[in-house]
Amino acid sequence: MNDCASLEVGHLTKRFGGLVAVKDISLNVKAGEILGLIGPNGSGKSTVMKLIMGIVRPDAGSVRIAGEEVAGLPSYKTARMGVGIVFQHSRPLHRQTVLENIKLALLPDKLMRLFADPRIEQRARAIAERVGLSAVLDRLPSTLPFADLRKIEIAKAIARDPKVLLIDEPFAGLTQQETAAFSQLIGELRDDGRAILLVDHNVKSVARLVDRVLAMYVGERIAEGSAEEVMGNETVRRVYLGGSIEATARPESSFSDAATPFLAVEKLSVHYGKAQALEEVSIHVHAGEFVSVVGLNGAGKTTLFNAISGLVPYDGEIRQAGHTLRGLSAARVARNGIVQAPEGRELFVDMSVRENLDLGAHHLAPDERATQIEWLFGLFPILRERQQQAAGTLSGGEQQMLTIARALMMKPKLLILDEPTLGLAPIILEQISHIIETLRRTTSISMLLGEQNVTFALPHADRVYVLEHARIVWEGPPNRFAAEAGRGYL
Amino acid sequence: MPKSQTIRILLIALIVVVAASFLPLGVSGYVLGLLTVAYYFGVFSMAWDLLFGFAGEVNFGPTFLIGTGAYTAGILDNLYGPPIWVCVFAGTFAAVLGGLVLALPALRVRGPYFGLTTLVAVLMLQNFVVVDAGLTGGEIGLTVPDVLTISDVVNYQIALWFMAASGAILFALARSPVGLILQASGQDAMQAGALGFNVTKHKLFAFVISAFFSGLAGSLLVFYFGSASIGTLIDVTVGVQIIIAAVLGGRRTILGAVLGSVFLIAMSEVLRPLGDLSNFTVFALALMVVLVFPNGFFGLLTRRRENV
Repeated sequence: MNDCASLEVGHLTKRFGGLVAVKDISLNVKAGEILGLIGPNGSGKSTVMKLIMGIVRPDAGSVRIAGEEVAGLPSYKTARMGVGIVFQHSRPLHRQTVLENIKLALLPDKLMRLFADPRIEQRARAIAERVGLSAVLDRLPSTLPFADLRKIEIAKAIARDPKVLLIDEPFAGLTQQETAAFSQLIGELRDDGRAILLVDHNVKSVARLVDRVLAMYVGERIAEGSAEEVMGNETVRRVYLGGSIEATARPESSFSDAATPFLAVEKLSVHYGKAQALEEVSIHVHAGEFVSVVGLNGAGKTTLFNAISGLVPYDGEIRQAGHTLRGLSAARVARNGIVQAPEGRELFVDMSVRENLDLGAHHLAPDERATQIEWLFGLFPILRERQQQAAGTLSGGEQQMLTIARALMMKPKLLILDEPTLGLAPIILEQISHIIETLRRTTSISMLLGEQNVTFALPHADRVYVLEHARIVWEGPPNRFAAEAGRGYL
Repeated sequence: MPKSQTIRILLIALIVVVAASFLPLGVSGYVLGLLTVAYYFGVFSMAWDLLFGFAGEVNFGPTFLIGTGAYTAGILDNLYGPPIWVCVFAGTFAAVLGGLVLALPALRVRGPYFGLTTLVAVLMLQNFVVVDAGLTGGEIGLTVPDVLTISDVVNYQIALWFMAASGAILFALARSPVGLILQASGQDAMQAGALGFNVTKHKLFAFVISAFFSGLAGSLLVFYFGSASIGTLIDVTVGVQIIIAAVLGGRRTILGAVLGSVFLIAMSEVLRPLGDLSNFTVFALALMVVLVFPNGFFGLLTRRRENV
């Protein structure tokens, strides 16, 4: 490696409580180079970015900007050393115009500056021109399309002319055309001689732009090299796609309710303001069937599940055993047997494990509740040990088990699991995997599993849907997935 | 916000203030007295809006700063009788110190916990005043030997122009580059830091400014009333009134706070015939305005232009 790299990260480590979020990560980015930092959700890549910026303090390791150590400095000092960051979510000042938002990033960090230097105005206009915001300088951010809001973030990040630029999920939420324009802009910023770190979920989305890729998984580096090399790497393939799929899937014809499946979603569309989160999505789940919905972050999985659970308004039709769910409250839907274990877990963190479970079963008769909880403790022995402990003090894996257990307390006919593997270590995945397999073999519960972790989603599925940009693009048995739809998940 | 709008707002405000300065020609001393108090409270509300609306810090205890300033000025006058301006200066200084002390937890704890600290600060000050009655006059109140002037009209003009000057400074500050950084720090401290701004420094600055105007207005108010008491300057309900005035007038507008303050005092006067129900009615009305027009009076006035 070149020893005058703009960004040198050495042996960076960060723990959150018992969880090692980042473990001994080293990387270098030279001036005029783009490094892609990829990894599935919870792999620690965003934490690496925050550690470099100084938003989060590292437990060990070094971060050098053009040779100078910045590890442990607060972010405002790191910023002045020449680091800029583009956050994934844009949060501009809403009462200020686009121009003022850019000017903000150019202001000196001084208290007694009551009037802005006129040169700041010129510079802000030049930056706006560069990122393509000239036409909307005097508009308020709330009146702009999403792509322009992202441009404001880039404009702010490059305002101080940083040597190192960190960009979190540059293309999330952008159309293809906008993505192309953004790629070009990022390429130009590299050609200025900046060192750029692109953080994203998978190689594919950044492959054309990056010079090198570093792949992470649960806090550790698993591969580094060109985009092609990383895509071909055995470990990466296993993390993203899993090993060979054992053919345990039951064919669709083996389910008896072929005519009116237990759950039928027909032409479901959901809008959030201007953004379309789901577009005419149709899926179905038979009684007793395990179905996985695979899709990257932002594809629309959570929206789909929330629509089924009655939490967001939608167009289209959702039927349970032929009866429409439209107009039913979320509580009613759950009581009727469709229960969701949400992505955010939403445990009552200050209550004990036992209290969380009891809350899931408050509508059951006492003896029924006792039977159910005994069954669950058999399924999740660790929860029996932890009964009196506050839910918030459990490890991530234990919390996930509690979330699933609480959902099962409600005696669901259909259990919806939204990203149960988020941020969990492989060993915990195996345990949860085992539990799901037990449910499949020993109960009549149907399951709808949403995952971006294909390794986890496929072995448990009788059938798989692929959700991409708000639409279902593939449906089939798990053993055909790798060949027909796998490449998009590397 | 566009510059032309800033200038237009300042012009309109100036016209309103000049017009208000001719009020003594037409209204009774009683009304002038009410407005005088309303103007001082307007300054309290504006100072609060700088802290909440811009720096994003919810201070439930504006009366801690006000009371610290007012009682320091009053006690000093009682004990040693220096010129009033010395007492006012000392009161302001004490409030700024109090603001710094109050700000320390703000830099450590977040959200509701900071709000709670500020409330506790008010209760502590209140208890101190009660316990140390020999110095502070306790629950009966503190009477000071000096007043600014005994003339209604002069008192009115002092309050009016003091309010106008404070408003101009706070408004200018809020719309200056510093105000912009402050707003960014309040809304998204992580991003402000990543843009190279020392968020702690800017928030501390907002505390100092807010405390300065709270303490200054509080000290002046003591020498208008000729007295200070818990019920008029420190009690939590007084603080709530200041907050309601700021929200009613329009959060993040600074000048709106004065409108809210005048409105609250005017309404309780108009509704006085309702007797015990008058305060209830005023607060119910305020609640309705906040629910229906969350942007406040000032928001209503400027909103149409922002939408264009």
